[in-house]
Parts: sequence; C-alpha cells; structure tokens
Amino acid sequence: MQKMKMMTDITENKDVKILAIESSCDETAASVVVNGRTVLSNIISSQIDLHTIYGGVVPEIASRKHIEKINYVVEEALNTAGVTLEEIDAVAVTYGPGLVGALLVGVSFAKALAYGAGKPLVGVHHIEGHIAANYIENPELEPPFMCLVVSGGHTHLVNVVDYGKFEILGRTRDDAAGEAFDKVARAIGLGYPGGPKIDKVSYEGNPEAVIFPRSKVGDAYDFSFSGLKSAVLNHLNSCQMKGEEIVQADIAASFQAAVVDVLVRNAMEAAKVNKVKKLAIAGGVASNTHLRKAMEEACKKRGIEFYHPSPILCTDNAAMIGCAGYYEYMNGVRSGLDLNAVPNLKLGER
Amino acid sequence: MKILALDSSGNTASVAIIEDDILKAEYSVNHKKTHSQTLMGMLDEVVRMTEEDLSSFDALAIAKGPGSFTGLRIGSASVKGLAMAISKPIVSVPTLDALAMNMWGTDRLVCPMMDARRNQVYTGLYRFSEDGKLEAQLEQCALAFSEIVEKINELGERAVILGDGVPVNAGGLADIKVPYIVAPSSMNRQRAASVGLLGSIYFSEGKYENASQHQPEYLRLSQAERERAEKEQA
Repeated sequence: MQKMKMMTDITENKDVKILAIESSCDETAASVVVNGRTVLSNIISSQIDLHTIYGGVVPEIASRKHIEKINYVVEEALNTAGVTLEEIDAVAVTYGPGLVGALLVGVSFAKALAYGAGKPLVGVHHIEGHIAANYIENPELEPPFMCLVVSGGHTHLVNVVDYGKFEILGRTRDDAAGEAFDKVARAIGLGYPGGPKIDKVSYEGNPEAVIFPRSKVGDAYDFSFSGLKSAVLNHLNSCQMKGEEIVQADIAASFQAAVVDVLVRNAMEAAKVNKVKKLAIAGGVASNTHLRKAMEEACKKRGIEFYHPSPILCTDNAAMIGCAGYYEYMNGVRSGLDLNAVPNLKLGER
Repeated sequence: MKILALDSSGNTASVAIIEDDILKAEYSVNHKKTHSQTLMGMLDEVVRMTEEDLSSFDALAIAKGPGSFTGLRIGSASVKGLAMAISKPIVSVPTLDALAMNMWGTDRLVCPMMDARRNQVYTGLYRFSEDGKLEAQLEQCALAFSEIVEKINELGERAVILGDGVPVNAGGLADIKVPYIVAPSSMNRQRAASVGLLGSIYFSEGKYENASQHQPEYLRLSQAERERAEKEQA
C-alpha cells in the first residue's frame, strides 16, 4: 500500500468535490460528494437478482458485472450531480476490505480515470466509509463517537477517535452478523438476501418462541454468531425429527432477537466503560428495523445520542466513500498508481 | 496515428506506444508482482519517457481476452477509466490474434496457445497472406490441448507454436506430427506492441468502441454458472 503524505494544494474556502467509486461486493456505485457532507448524486447498480439463484454473492459473476456497469454508473453520477470530471477535486475509491476481484475493478478504473484526468487519487477503507455514512444526514455529528458496524461481511464495535482515527473495541470472532442472517434465512427457506426477509417476517412471529443463546466471548466486546447459527440449525433438526411443525416467523423472530440482544448488550457495556455520549450504527444490518428500535431505546435510557443512516446509505454505496474520502483528502492522504486491492484490509490501517 | 496499447491477459504486463510505423516505446514485465500494482506505473513511465501528451493518442488498444479473468479486468478497467478521462475510443484486440502477430511474416502455420487450466488451452490457428495480412484459419477458442494438436496434424503444414500453453503441455508436444518450431523468448509471450499494431489496423478500419461499450471477452463462463448449467443438464 503506497499512500503518501503530500503538501496539500487545498485552497481555503473552496468547495471540495469528490468523485467516489465503490465495487467491493455486489453493488457497483459512484457518487459526487461536496465537502464530505453534501451528496450531489448517489448511483447504485445492484446485482442482487443475479446472485439470488446461487444463494449468495458469486465473486466471479460480481466482478464481471462491475466491469460491465462501471462506466455507466460513474457517468450517471457525474451527470446527476451536474458536475464535469474537470470540476472534480479528487477521485476516491474503495480498496478494501471486500472481494478482491470486485475491488480490483473499481481500483483499476479509478486509478486510470484519476491519472487520465490529472486528479489526485484517495484509497478509502470500506468500513470507514460505512461509519462516515452517518455524517451525511447528521451535519452536527463529529468525532469522537462510538459506532457499531454490522453488515454481511463485518461486525465491529469501533471508537471513532477522530476523522481517520479508529480504535477497535470488539469484533466478531467467526461469522459476521449479516452472514448469520443469510445462513439462517436459507435454513428456514426464506432465501437470499436474508437480512431484509428476516426483518420483515419477524413482525409476524414471537421473538420468545425459542430462546436461542446470547453468547458472550470473554471479557472483551467481541461477538460470536456461529454458535447461534448452529443452535438454530439444531433446533430445526430436532423439530424435524420429532415431527413438530416449524413456524418460520417464530424462528426468524427468535433468532433476530438473540442477534439484536447481543449487539445492543455489547454496545451498551462498551458505551458505559468508555463514557460514550454519541453512538452510531452503520452497515447493511444497520437498516434492520428491530435493531434500530432496540438500540434507540437502549441509548435513550442512558442519555446517549443515537445516530443511524437511512437504509440507502446503510447498503454499500459510494456516497459514504466520498464522505470518508473527503476527510482523507483533507488530511493529505494520496494514493499512488500502485494502489492495490486489499481484500482483508484492517480498520485504521494505512 | 498514435496508439497506446496494453496487455495484461497473462503473466506478462505490457504497454506500448505506436505512432504510424514506429514503435516509440514498449515496456513488458513478466514477474510475480500483480498487474494492479505494475500496469499503471508502466503506462505512466512510457508516456513520460516519450514525452507524450495523453490527449495526443487517437485510441487505446487492449488485449480483450481470453486470458486470466482478473488480469483481463485489470486491463479493461484501466482502459475504460483512461478512455473516459481523455475521451478517446478503445480498440479491442483478441489476445490470440495479437500473439499470432508476434510471428509476423512467417510462412508457417501459427499456433499461439495460452494455458487455460482444466486441461485446456486458449488457442487459434493463423497464417500470413502474401501481402502480410493476418488471417485466422481457426478463430480464438478454448480447446483441449489434444484437440488443437489434432487440428495442426490434419492441416499437415509446418508450424510455429508459442505462448505459455507450450511449456505447460511440454509432455504432449511429441504428438505434433508436422515439423514445428517453438518461438524464442523475444516473441513467445504477450507483447503490447503486437496489440498496438493490430489495434492501429482495426482503428483505421473503423473498428473501435467507446469506454462504456468495451468489455473483456472471457470465452468461458464463471465456474458457478458452468456448474449450474451442468446440474441443469443432468
């Protein structure tokens, strides 16, 4: 990873426009963001239908789709924003974590685009983008705050010390929360993607129908969801053996309640110890309505200010990359032509 | 006419600048480092060495495939981004045609072959006409090594073979029954100069695309799609 600190050529009092590109998983996205907070365009081309028949994202298919769509998505982002490439101050791109083949499309494209247009390039961490999504609709939000990042690939409890400065308080030791949603949804016949489907069907089910384990991993604020997933599968098996009827909505609601409980519990414990005044959630699972409600109530009880992005900014998008990219740009971060995709890039790593 | 050419379809990363009948620059690296780290730096190097202005190029030429799926996408994404930034067209060149072009002028049957894994090679059969034009006897395709050997034997002509599919199938070369030679190091792998040469010919024939239109040509489905199709057939 070659990132250079350079003398910044940023003129005072001038709007900074970032063109951001995101292709880390199964959404091809581009966006134009002004001063890290104002989104002029947020174009997302989702591939979800393509992957549904395979029950999950197929990396090679995702990569092929990215290259097919990327020019259209980037052009659309500029057109919608009413901004030309010349008017852009910098190009920001997600370079990790994510699927390596998928990331490489965005990274290779962004490097060549920035090079051809003579613009600086800023590599952005995907999770830092998710966290930054909270800035977009909450102009008053500034670090420090705590953020729970929950998605199909990540479960992190993070102390956002400053722009671009993070302290990981807890993380999953096995499956990501969203991954558990997908696996359980598949097991109870709801299909892919599991998150939104479980969220919806849970309203018709009893969250106390089955009490699934709420695992605690050591003293840390780490998470573990593979035990919970196994517990659900075991329960389904034993019902089948006993010839008991499986009520899909009850299993979904009970499983979801266990996930939400653990997420809220760890977040609140960490908030207490770290004397947190502001808590945000981010990532695809942050649009789960039950999690939002539970977290909001828990925060309210403790006098903590609660923030969450709207669903369109929870899903993978480029506006959040433009937002995070802006703060990196202002910090003088520049990426070279050798910027590579880093599939397991750690949070806060530069 | 000035063409900037790229090839990242195989282990070799290669960039070249061709202006009319002059090869102004060519830079090829066959090393373990990934194309995503090297290709753009190499491109920048040849542009700076030749003091070219990006806007002076008429078109960007790219080896469109077949090849390593990821390698093809790194090359394609790069030309798509660059072409959009400088508003220039893209000329897509079949990888095997460009490889065959390395052998320009030979009176032998030209058989480039790239290792395609799964006991196959990406290959094709080519000849040069009296006036030096490349003609495909067999358009680029994925075949078992034994199948392309069979086709070479059927034609019964003296041949020259090249590409990274040759060493991979070294054990099967004895099955080639016609007199053949293996191309030497200076011309047996992908070269952006050949991509650029074919690119300039295609460009003058009006065969080019814009940045959005250009897509890699994989010649193969993804593994997931293939397995799914096999399952449905069974």
